[in-house]
Amino acid sequence: MAAVTLEHVGKRFGALAAVDDVSLRVEAGEFLAVLGPSGCGKSTLLRLIAGFERPDAGTISLGEHRVSGPDAFVAPEDRHVGMVFQSYALWPHMSVAGNIGYPLRVQKLAGRELARQVDAALDAVGLTGLGDRRPAELSGGQRQRVALARCLAMKARIVLLDEPLANLDVHLRARMLAEIAAFRTLSKATLVYVTHDQAEALGVADRVAVMAGGRVRQVAAPAALYRTPQDGVVSRFVGPGTVARGEVTQTYANGHAAVALFGREWQIRSAPGQGAGPVEVCIRPEDVAIVSPGNGFAASVARVLYQGGRTVVEAAPASDPGTTLSLSVRSSEPVAPGATLHLSLVDGWVIPGR
Amino acid sequence: MPWMPARRGERLTFATLLGLVVLLAVVPIARLAQEALAPHGKLDVGVLDDVVHSPAVWHAAGNTLTVSLGGAALAILLGAAFALLVSLTDIRAKKPLVFCFMMPLLIAPQVTALAWINLLGPNSTLLRALGIAPAPGSAHPLYGPGGIVLLLGLEQAPVVFLAVRAGLRALPRDLVEAAQAAGARPWRIVRTIVLPLMMPSVAAGGMLAFVGSIGNFGIPAFLGIPAGFTVLVTLIYQRLAGFGTSALSEVAALSLLLALIALCGLALNGWLARRRDVRVTAWTTATPEWTLGRLRGAVEGACWSGLFLVLALPFAALVATALVPAIGVSLTPRNFTLANFHFVLFDYAATRRAFLNSASLAATAAVMLVVMAVPLGYSLAGRRSSLRQAVGFVAELPYAVPGVVLAIAMILCLLRPLPLLGLSLYSTIWIILVAYLSRFMLLALRPVTNALRQIDPSLDEAARMSGARYARRVMTVIMPMVAPSAVAGGMLVFLMAFNELTVSALLWSSGSETVGVVLFSLEQAGDAVSAAAVAVIAVVVTLGMMLLSNGLASRVARGVLPWQP
Repeated sequence: MAAVTLEHVGKRFGALAAVDDVSLRVEAGEFLAVLGPSGCGKSTLLRLIAGFERPDAGTISLGEHRVSGPDAFVAPEDRHVGMVFQSYALWPHMSVAGNIGYPLRVQKLAGRELARQVDAALDAVGLTGLGDRRPAELSGGQRQRVALARCLAMKARIVLLDEPLANLDVHLRARMLAEIAAFRTLSKATLVYVTHDQAEALGVADRVAVMAGGRVRQVAAPAALYRTPQDGVVSRFVGPGTVARGEVTQTYANGHAAVALFGREWQIRSAPGQGAGPVEVCIRPEDVAIVSPGNGFAASVARVLYQGGRTVVEAAPASDPGTTLSLSVRSSEPVAPGATLHLSLVDGWVIPGR
Repeated sequence: MPWMPARRGERLTFATLLGLVVLLAVVPIARLAQEALAPHGKLDVGVLDDVVHSPAVWHAAGNTLTVSLGGAALAILLGAAFALLVSLTDIRAKKPLVFCFMMPLLIAPQVTALAWINLLGPNSTLLRALGIAPAPGSAHPLYGPGGIVLLLGLEQAPVVFLAVRAGLRALPRDLVEAAQAAGARPWRIVRTIVLPLMMPSVAAGGMLAFVGSIGNFGIPAFLGIPAGFTVLVTLIYQRLAGFGTSALSEVAALSLLLALIALCGLALNGWLARRRDVRVTAWTTATPEWTLGRLRGAVEGACWSGLFLVLALPFAALVATALVPAIGVSLTPRNFTLANFHFVLFDYAATRRAFLNSASLAATAAVMLVVMAVPLGYSLAGRRSSLRQAVGFVAELPYAVPGVVLAIAMILCLLRPLPLLGLSLYSTIWIILVAYLSRFMLLALRPVTNALRQIDPSLDEAARMSGARYARRVMTVIMPMVAPSAVAGGMLVFLMAFNELTVSALLWSSGSETVGVVLFSLEQAGDAVSAAAVAVIAVVVTLGMMLLSNGLASRVARGVLPWQP
């Protein structure tokens, strides 16, 4: 059963459609990442689920319970949805234990049971013994954990995370990401995680919803998102690589199509029912290989970016100098800007036409 | 991110509070306008016509404009110069300087007037010791327009100071640095860059000082009435005191006239303030701090001796008068007595009652307004900004109009028995309380809305997420976070209400005297020593409140306590 169901949800702020006709199902226990550039409406989507915004159109259900719709609106305080805010939203006038225990006190818990549950939440996020501190005395990472512990203590079945790592130092992010994964295991809650960082999204989520311009462009498992982006926007936003223009001349039953590209014809993966005609092709760095002269197509090296063990080479095909292909080579291979390489495509993906 | 819209229980509370604001602020002013323009339910400008064609009114209006413009001009001179000095130079001890400079605004004008009367009058202990006192029986040098302008200017200078300092804080540093790079010396930069950019701030501050001067009652009452110099405010007071409620229609028309002058000034001020915001771009950083070098000692000396002259000396004269058995007796160890204080605090029923009345009125108004302001400010934070601005404007109305105007409006509203209850608040202490609630609402509301603006809305959302309903959120999350600012606002209300004279002068009745009223009566009855004792106690209470609220300063939203640098 779905934990969160959005159907044709829309939210406008003045002339801006922040969320535009979004339908989405998050399964119970699932970890869904919502990925998109800033201003794409992903935070608004989260606030709609939490109940901090009321949709202009569509319905939102938590489990079987409709919480937002034209005829119903359940206030956020009655939704029992946990949220980790970008600013952590720890109350400065309460101790750490006071912050964590707040939802429990709202539920009329008191005394020893309250203390026990607060301590358990503190233990779970590795902050044992820090209950008496003030939020101001904690580091960024510790505040983050307090925010997580607060959701843990309230036993929310659904936890929303709004760019939780955005305010942390780079070196802390990997650790906090692991912490969030552990939180998920412990709480068995459904997680909706909003981020603009694709490494975060692809690394930890079961599925990723890519948003742009207020719309969900694609929802898929990370690998599927990477290998079979449904449109050019997703293809450009998720993962490295290039989108090149080619033409499908023929399609085959085995999920491939014949594509004319860079002056040659290639067998490239395609969606079922792909028709003939001009298309966009998604080419990842690992799809491009260097071949001996006389094979493949010629391309001139535009840039060389040394990255330790491997080097990223950007090259423009002679037949299509407006396109830049990037490929990754071992750093021991001598490649210099201006040199001519002979390249071949070993894989690729025909982006389905809309 | 916008704050969450409201639900259920909050709606009821919010509607109630909005209703209260309208009842306290809009209804009285509207009633006043109705009485002036349509006294019998029909549009009838007869009274207004009579008022406008009365030579006495024209004379008083002319006097009002003269002293208010003079006071504003003096205030601009003092306030702007002090703001430049404090904001742009490395003068030392800025905190105590600003604290002292702000004092004339916080001390009741009638107390200031009384202090100056004691300082420079024929009976002045000080002048007599120096042998330069005016001859006994001669007119007091401060009586009349000159003295009124001087004291209005001193009282309103802090208002200009606050406006110009705010402008200087928003002064883009790079504009000054560009002038420095061009080789200009500080004094030239002040003349050619800083002052031109500050003109809107100066003008806005001056306009506020002008409006404040128009409504001032204490100074023209103490310095004008004895000299037969009448301004609109004292004219209204005298008409009402002389003819009672039969003159209500006439004074209502006069009040409307006065309110219109004041509101025009405020509208002009708002326009100037908007201009200022356009001119100064977002590149704001700290303003430069120029070293005064060898001049520093001299400038500091000038500042402190100026403050000594206008603060310490008059207050010393007041104390000296309060400590002698009768006016004209010089203060010597043998004549020294605390009998006046004993008399006004314990023996004399009217003053004893007045202290109790003023303290309890001020405390009740402060507590009630703070209790109203927190949920109101919280609900407003979640609403459209247009509604926030509308409520802000409405709450400002009774504070912006001169106190006499509000007092007349209150009389008009509460003269007849209240509907449903059937009892009249007129000539009880309750009418003063209602008037205070109306007049000082803004002082309680503004700090709370300022503080809420500085709070991340996600702190409220986190409480909602935790399941906390409206009442619990107000009590456990909002209240603790805005408490310092709310309390500071309450202290401001107490301070202003305790020192208040203008409103209560028209609303008091036997038994409901305020400190301001007894001070005025004692002075008019010629009991200078008792008046001085009352004034000294009022100053001590004021100073105590200011120092007490300083203890909160570090936890209060910036800009709440005007005397905080």
